[in-house]
Amino acid sequence: MPGRRPPSRRVSAAGWSFIAPFLVTFAFVFLAPVVYSLYLSLFRDQLMGGNQFVGLTNYTAALTDPRFWEGAGRVFLFLVVQVPIMLAVALAAALAIDSGRLFGKRFTRIALFVPYAVPGVVAVLMWGFLYGERIGMVGWLNETLGSQVLAPLSKEWILVAIGNIVTWEFAGYNMLILYSALRTVPGELYEAAAIDGAGQWRVIGSVKLPALRGALVIATIFSIIGSFQLFNEPNILQDIAPTLISSSYTPNIYAYNLSFRGQQVNYAATVAIIMGVLTAVIAYVVQLRGTRRDD
Amino acid sequence: MAQSFAQPRRSVILTVLMAGLVAYSLFPLLWLLISATKTQDMLGDSFGLLPAGPFALFDNIAEVFTHQDGIFARWFGNTIIYVVAGAGGATLLATLGGYGLAKYRFRGRAAIFATVLGAVAVPGTALAVPTFLMFSEIGLTNTMWSVILPTLVSPFGMYLMWVFASEAIPTELLEAARVDGAGEWRTFFTISLRLLAPGVVTVGLFAIVATWNNYFLPLIMLSDRELYPLAIGLASWNADAVGIGAAPVFHLVITGAVITILPIVAVFLLLQRYWQSGLSAGGVKG
Repeated sequence: MPGRRPPSRRVSAAGWSFIAPFLVTFAFVFLAPVVYSLYLSLFRDQLMGGNQFVGLTNYTAALTDPRFWEGAGRVFLFLVVQVPIMLAVALAAALAIDSGRLFGKRFTRIALFVPYAVPGVVAVLMWGFLYGERIGMVGWLNETLGSQVLAPLSKEWILVAIGNIVTWEFAGYNMLILYSALRTVPGELYEAAAIDGAGQWRVIGSVKLPALRGALVIATIFSIIGSFQLFNEPNILQDIAPTLISSSYTPNIYAYNLSFRGQQVNYAATVAIIMGVLTAVIAYVVQLRGTRRDD
Repeated sequence: MAQSFAQPRRSVILTVLMAGLVAYSLFPLLWLLISATKTQDMLGDSFGLLPAGPFALFDNIAEVFTHQDGIFARWFGNTIIYVVAGAGGATLLATLGGYGLAKYRFRGRAAIFATVLGAVAVPGTALAVPTFLMFSEIGLTNTMWSVILPTLVSPFGMYLMWVFASEAIPTELLEAARVDGAGEWRTFFTISLRLLAPGVVTVGLFAIVATWNNYFLPLIMLSDRELYPLAIGLASWNADAVGIGAAPVFHLVITGAVITILPIVAVFLLLQRYWQSGLSAGGVKG
């Protein structure tokens, strides 16, 4: 029974040698920074006495910091509005393309995916131009209609404007993840459903959606991480509309400004850690809930 | 083909609905392409979705490459270096690691797997500030290494390769090679790598796009304009264009954006057969 034999030392060593390069790099650029910032978050630069150990003072400061919570609340609002919209669009598109009832299915699939390949910076610059009064489409629209119909670069609408950019960038990517999962459904399942006389909606409900659950959980987790880390879009829009985006607009922008503009490295590390923990916890809960229904 | 047994009827209504979504996806890009053919003056004075004024595309391209002593070409070259070293390295490490985890049993494997899977949930940007702080301590910031090294580790790429390798390579094949006396690395290069190809292309492409489009990491790591990749360079041109006493170069930002987009979109379109099959073949079964 050669298959039952415990792996020889040679084979075991070979297994390690395949993984070692990843692990070494992982330890250096992943684990080490985490450990280092945990260390930093326990210190504070005092005017008197220099760098001093302060225990959890930075954490209590961050957790009672209104600027931190303002940003965290904003990304949470963004998360509960934008992510469901984007995933619903992605899901509808994936089901439509998979249904085989579209003309130009291949073209549709690629056209929806293209925005993902567009660099985020270019996407924001582009939409920033489009939103603008000067050379954008919004300015043209308002002029044509003779009134201020749209004002994406205003205090009330800027978060929606950011949501639109993020949706534009990632709806097609999520569509493709879901579509790929649909492709793995074995054809016999559809045949069985057809024999049972199931209609299209029935097939979607009892065959396709269950098959999509794993991919939906992954897409949701990545979208949550993306929302909590919101940085690029508001940061670049800040160049276009400086008064609308504060230095603590999102926690990530806050951490960035703390370490690069304010020289408060220890506090920045603390904010980054808290957001990392919050994100990981929520991602973990989603994963648990998403996979529990398996049994 | 999943539904070959009964070709469903095409639906005009569904197609029209989806055409709306396609238009939403493509119209900003159309606007960008058309705008790249305009002079700076015409950008504000004409309707965005129609060509207007003299055809200035080639003048714009020439100016993009000569503006500020031709720094755009430098940014382009830097981006290529970051992609080849960073994304290439990330693909290599993820492929070897995923293969090792999928096809070998040894002590500590479960712990490694749990750690890496946990790392998938740790957001890359949360890590960027701590990484900057550490790199700054050891003098790595503002070097090309500061952008390349963090790019090398892709826990999600490793996870994809692990799932893919589990399904694509039959363990009996490796057993047979062992019986024939082939070394593990020789087996990997002569047999396994071929079976892994669609997975490698998929992980590689997503690593390339992540590196080509990366903004946050180089933004915090680099202060020297000469080391910028395209994304940061373009954003800096845009930032030059606003504020007091600014000299807007919108036409250069727009044309530069087109030049930044084209290679990465071309790569995706040319290789789509491979990466789409790689995604479907097991990558995202969850």
